[in-house]
Amino acid sequence: MTPEELRDKQAEELERQQALSKRIMCCTAAGCLSCGAAAIRQSLDAEVAARDLGDKVEICGTGCMGLCSQGPLVLNAAEPRLYGNVTAADAGAILAGEDTSSHGAIDLQSPFFMRQQKIVLANSGRVDPEKLADYIAVGGYQSLAKALESMTPREVVEEVRKSGLRGRGGAGYPTGLKWELVAKQAAQTKYVVCNADEGDPGAFMDRSVLEGDPHRVLEGMAIAGYAVGAQQGFIYVRGEYGLAIQRLQSAIRQAEREHLLGSRILDQGFQFRIDLRIGAGAFVCGEETALIASIEGKRGQPRQRPPYPPASGLWEAPTLINNVETFANIAPIVEKGGDWFAGIGTASSKGTKVFALAGKSANTGLIEVPMGTTLREILFDIGGGIPERSFKAAQTGGPSGGCIPQQFLDTPVDYESLARIDSIMGSGGLIVMDDTSCMVDVARFFMEFCMDESCGKCIPCRAGTVQMHDILQRITTGEASPADLEMLQSLAALLRETSLCGLGQTAPNPVVSTLKYFPEEYEAHIRDHHCPSGHCHFTSAQQEVPA
Amino acid sequence: MTATPAGTAQVTGVRDNREKLLERAMSRHQYSGAALIEVLHTAQELFGSLPSPLLKTIARKLKLPPSRVLGVATFYHFFSLKPKGEHTFVVCTGTACYVAGAFSLVEKLERRCAKAGHTTEDGKVSVETARCIGSCGLAPAVIHDGSVLARVTVAGLDVELDKIGVP
Repeated sequence: MTPEELRDKQAEELERQQALSKRIMCCTAAGCLSCGAAAIRQSLDAEVAARDLGDKVEICGTGCMGLCSQGPLVLNAAEPRLYGNVTAADAGAILAGEDTSSHGAIDLQSPFFMRQQKIVLANSGRVDPEKLADYIAVGGYQSLAKALESMTPREVVEEVRKSGLRGRGGAGYPTGLKWELVAKQAAQTKYVVCNADEGDPGAFMDRSVLEGDPHRVLEGMAIAGYAVGAQQGFIYVRGEYGLAIQRLQSAIRQAEREHLLGSRILDQGFQFRIDLRIGAGAFVCGEETALIASIEGKRGQPRQRPPYPPASGLWEAPTLINNVETFANIAPIVEKGGDWFAGIGTASSKGTKVFALAGKSANTGLIEVPMGTTLREILFDIGGGIPERSFKAAQTGGPSGGCIPQQFLDTPVDYESLARIDSIMGSGGLIVMDDTSCMVDVARFFMEFCMDESCGKCIPCRAGTVQMHDILQRITTGEASPADLEMLQSLAALLRETSLCGLGQTAPNPVVSTLKYFPEEYEAHIRDHHCPSGHCHFTSAQQEVPA
Repeated sequence: MTATPAGTAQVTGVRDNREKLLERAMSRHQYSGAALIEVLHTAQELFGSLPSPLLKTIARKLKLPPSRVLGVATFYHFFSLKPKGEHTFVVCTGTACYVAGAFSLVEKLERRCAKAGHTTEDGKVSVETARCIGSCGLAPAVIHDGSVLARVTVAGLDVELDKIGVP
């Protein structure tokens, strides 16, 4: 396909879509699928056939529409009208444009939708991830065409640098700088790797992007390949994400067939292949050097840095590793320019951030907000607050993050502000906890996670996580003494300073943040053998004789 | 040693076919050691688990030390050296599911079936936990024989167990 053919194809597909009287989008992301979306789609298809509307109405499966707690979701795109909690019996009413018997339409003017700004998720829920034509219709692969036709690799890197985009995997390293480091290397062979090993418990952003808009990620990787001088890309995706794997495989095949990937891309003499590597369930493989070891077919154990992957990565070649969400931002940046992107967000954190909102929030699902939005806006306007109970903490950054208490709800969400209150941006898991959650047990839960997931290579992490978990376990069962708290703190400092990789270095974070902001809960467990949230159970003998 | 993984197939025809499929997967990767994880994925998909004779065969074909193959197979949670039960329950223990009470589901399964990570003695049910399956909007979630059950309650789990005849 040449760039002209790509533009013709877009016009042709748009014309076809406009000729239809209705396009009904049926959310077929993992969440909605597991509450019956497949049956709904079938019954919509059957209804269209029964009414002989085949040439006027199209039923599409799409990626995540965001409001997972009201799934399965169906969108009548033209009006637009969004239906929640749909059942197969609602097909007739949806086609007729009426309210469904069980539930009315969801208010698209509500804060959940109005307070969001979508760049990464712009196509999610709007295009069929299994149809390349759908992606082309919304301007897909035009950024790649623009880069190949009218920009030098240097100019692409410069545009990304200007955008101020920072790594969305959690650490926030400036993406443009990383690209520049790889582009500068003289090596013949270089690699581009997409880190889709989304391991933080409570995070499903990358999964939703891959399931809902796989071509966007492929396009971003191809642009990166052109910019840094690589001809081979790998996507390292979690083995648990079956649907994402399947959709990526089919997207790669479709793109290769049309010469949007592979050889002679867009007839511009650029070649770039993308292969999938399926993870096998090891959290540590999210760490870049462990991920590289895993792609090479070894145990996913990290190694000492430097050298960093831009200098020596996969098979010792210069390697660019970015997260899924980072790559998903590339096509819009190339299309609209780095300055446009830099106009969104705060002084040091540009653009938007996708969060997976879960836990005790009224609305749960996938959201995208400009950097700098406050936690209060996210949790109470978009999330709709906490039904019946009261807010206790918001957990960000998974096992490497912290628990943010009530007094910091007005903190703007950006890399630096979250670090100042002892948490991290992380990859985007945002879990709301109410007064039934015990902060000591939350710390124990994350420490257990790190203990299980420690790769065992360095002693501080391998032994330290076990010791810290042991102490936390004793606190939650009423067997700890005040001296244990001191030990816990000194172990936390030790792990932070001496562990080999990020897993061990950040493992103490949930403990440190809960100790700092909820010290009274630790004291109540240790001194009074009492759990303020009623989560932990003690024997009655312990409660009668306080230590 | 022979290339036949012990005790994983009843029908000879089926077994032959599976070996051929595994061979094809290895040849697709030019018997490269770098493809070990892909090959183990295929092997587990075909045979259900990775018993020791199967690992030795793979080591020989990919020209890797058996210790390296065993090391990789035991490092990753996804690979299982023991056969799975007829039915599996995987309880998601990600943060959202934890907040929503996933551990009471694990307790229930452990009481009625087997400890997490194990299979009942009659080979009927395997109980497992997962590190966040990314369905946090549906917490707590359980994967029962490959399909996701959303917002599972202890009572709902009892119903599922009754359905497959767990005493």
